[in-house]
Amino acid sequence: MIRLNNIHKSYEMGSSSLHVLKGIDLHIEQGDFVSIMGSSGSGKSTLLNILGMLDNYDNGTYHLSGNLIANMSEKKAAKLRNEMVGFVFQSFNLISFKNAMENVALPLYYKGVPRKKRNLIALEYLEKLGLKEWANHMPNEMSGGQKQRVAIARALISQPKIILADEPTGALDSANSYEVMDILKEINDDGITVIIVTHEHDIAAMTSQIIRLNDGRIHEIIRNGELKKFQKSYIHGLETA
Amino acid sequence: MFDLDLWSEIVSALKKNRLRSFMTAFGVFWGIFMLVIMSGAGKALENGVLDGVKAFATNSAFFWTERTSVPYEGFQRGRRWNYETSDIDYIRDNVKEVEYLSPRLFGNNQAGNNTIRGERTGAFNVFGDYPDYFKIDRWTPAQGRLINEIDLIQERKVCNIGERVVEVMFEKDENPIGQYLKISGVYFQVVGVIHAETRINIGGGKKEETIIIPFTTMRKAYNFGNRVYFFSVTSKPGTKVSDLEEKLKTLLKDRHKIAPEDQQAIGSFNIEKEFVKFSALFLGIQGLTWIVGIGTLLAGVIGVSNIMLVIIKERTQEIGIQRAIGATPATVIKHIVAESVFLTVMAGYIGLSLGVGVLEILNQILLKGGDELFFRNPEINLTMALSALAVLVVAGIIAGLIPAKRAVSIKPIDAIRDEG
Repeated sequence: MIRLNNIHKSYEMGSSSLHVLKGIDLHIEQGDFVSIMGSSGSGKSTLLNILGMLDNYDNGTYHLSGNLIANMSEKKAAKLRNEMVGFVFQSFNLISFKNAMENVALPLYYKGVPRKKRNLIALEYLEKLGLKEWANHMPNEMSGGQKQRVAIARALISQPKIILADEPTGALDSANSYEVMDILKEINDDGITVIIVTHEHDIAAMTSQIIRLNDGRIHEIIRNGELKKFQKSYIHGLETA
Repeated sequence: MFDLDLWSEIVSALKKNRLRSFMTAFGVFWGIFMLVIMSGAGKALENGVLDGVKAFATNSAFFWTERTSVPYEGFQRGRRWNYETSDIDYIRDNVKEVEYLSPRLFGNNQAGNNTIRGERTGAFNVFGDYPDYFKIDRWTPAQGRLINEIDLIQERKVCNIGERVVEVMFEKDENPIGQYLKISGVYFQVVGVIHAETRINIGGGKKEETIIIPFTTMRKAYNFGNRVYFFSVTSKPGTKVSDLEEKLKTLLKDRHKIAPEDQQAIGSFNIEKEFVKFSALFLGIQGLTWIVGIGTLLAGVIGVSNIMLVIIKERTQEIGIQRAIGATPATVIKHIVAESVFLTVMAGYIGLSLGVGVLEILNQILLKGGDELFFRNPEINLTMALSALAVLVVAGIIAGLIPAKRAVSIKPIDAIRDEG
């Protein structure tokens, strides 16, 4: 599904250049539920942007569903994004002057789906996420959890293969965070690959694979048995708190 | 291709951002509104002034006499003198450049009420003219006919009267044609009510208060002898009236023993000179209108670009999100430009309509003001209005395109991160 091979990325900051990713090798299968962890500056968001084709990489190769993603025109990238990837952001990033339904329907607009049809589909997705009554509300009339659910509906509407979530719970309280994670789990159960970036251990513990980044390199990948241990310690810690 | 979806997207985006849309639109609206008003006002002034003179023969010149200022051939300076009827024939026979010529006598209007009809009296300006005079300073018959050659030859006691004369001397429903007026003691039959086409006044008084009688009748009835007070001439096509004016002055000086160097003895002016002055004035006004108009328009355009730039900065995040969820750069640019053009055109159209509306209201008010106003028919040149609108559309495209290009050159992720 996703195959990264020795990915390098550096940012030009005036005269100096900041080497953010220093050779990432990664292999994610269809249907995985992956979290990327790391301290700030470790390159986790940059990695996510490259995965989502929002940013270019300098060296290495990135294959998505067997296609090499490199030197694409903006237009092609936009099309591929629209087809393959759904984004969920920390700050929700809903369009403030559109109501919930219109926000959800927006990706279909770019695909050229007629208004009535896309609004109908948008309503379906809102219903799935329990927000049908909020369809005509503006983003500023909704709580953080509701906004994030609208954003997830928007990410899902174009039926992507991958959901990329950048700190999806970063701006939410724990109750809402768990709700959002439950939704992402359900999405994953439907066979969609979900990749989240987070720095919260309890959130990471709900995924099936944890990739720890450190200073632009993969420090460790936690799965299976080790994951159990990880989950035990963090979920336990949470319960006692 | 009309894309309903695109337009409903644009309209909803504009509607949801009312203040922003309004501010953008207002700059354009104001620019075009001011352009229309200014150009209309300039045009109104031009119309007002030109309406008063345009019916006047532009190739006409006028002569009267003043006291001499130079002693000559035994005459002292300060002599009073008059033209003579023999001058008329002499000029007709010897000056080929003259097209129409009309001598004029001024009737007695110093003595108060000079016109009597039964119990009605009035003080009017009485002139003795040739029928050719109507071709120099245009008058049209509102009723009846103008004085003609036969009246002149037979020295008929007939008169043409102005509209105000009718009001004063006749009952409201009375027909003045065929009625008699006693003018300075002599009865004249009214053969026509005449309306002045110009507002240039020669010989003083209001044009509506004029009575015109045949020159020959006046000479005989009031004992003017061979005196002529005043000449109007027009030059034949191809001859400059200024040249004719000089030629006639020299000739008349010679015939009346006036020193050739006497600048004062013959008073004259020609309409051509006045027209040149007017033309220069209106050229100036139009030039000013254009300069200020283009300036205003430019200010509007710069305003739109400015606001668009701010808007795009404000919308960086929104644009980033749109691109993250699948909008191509072309889509984004198309949206922004369409929004900008839509706004400018709408605002321009409203400004244009409102400006024309205001001019029309002004026109209605001015029409009530009557003939005396030197400000009438404010109007705007359609080509000018449309080209102004075209400039706005182009400006709208540019105003949208520049910031849009900038917006898509930012990486979507940076745009989203831009927590504005």
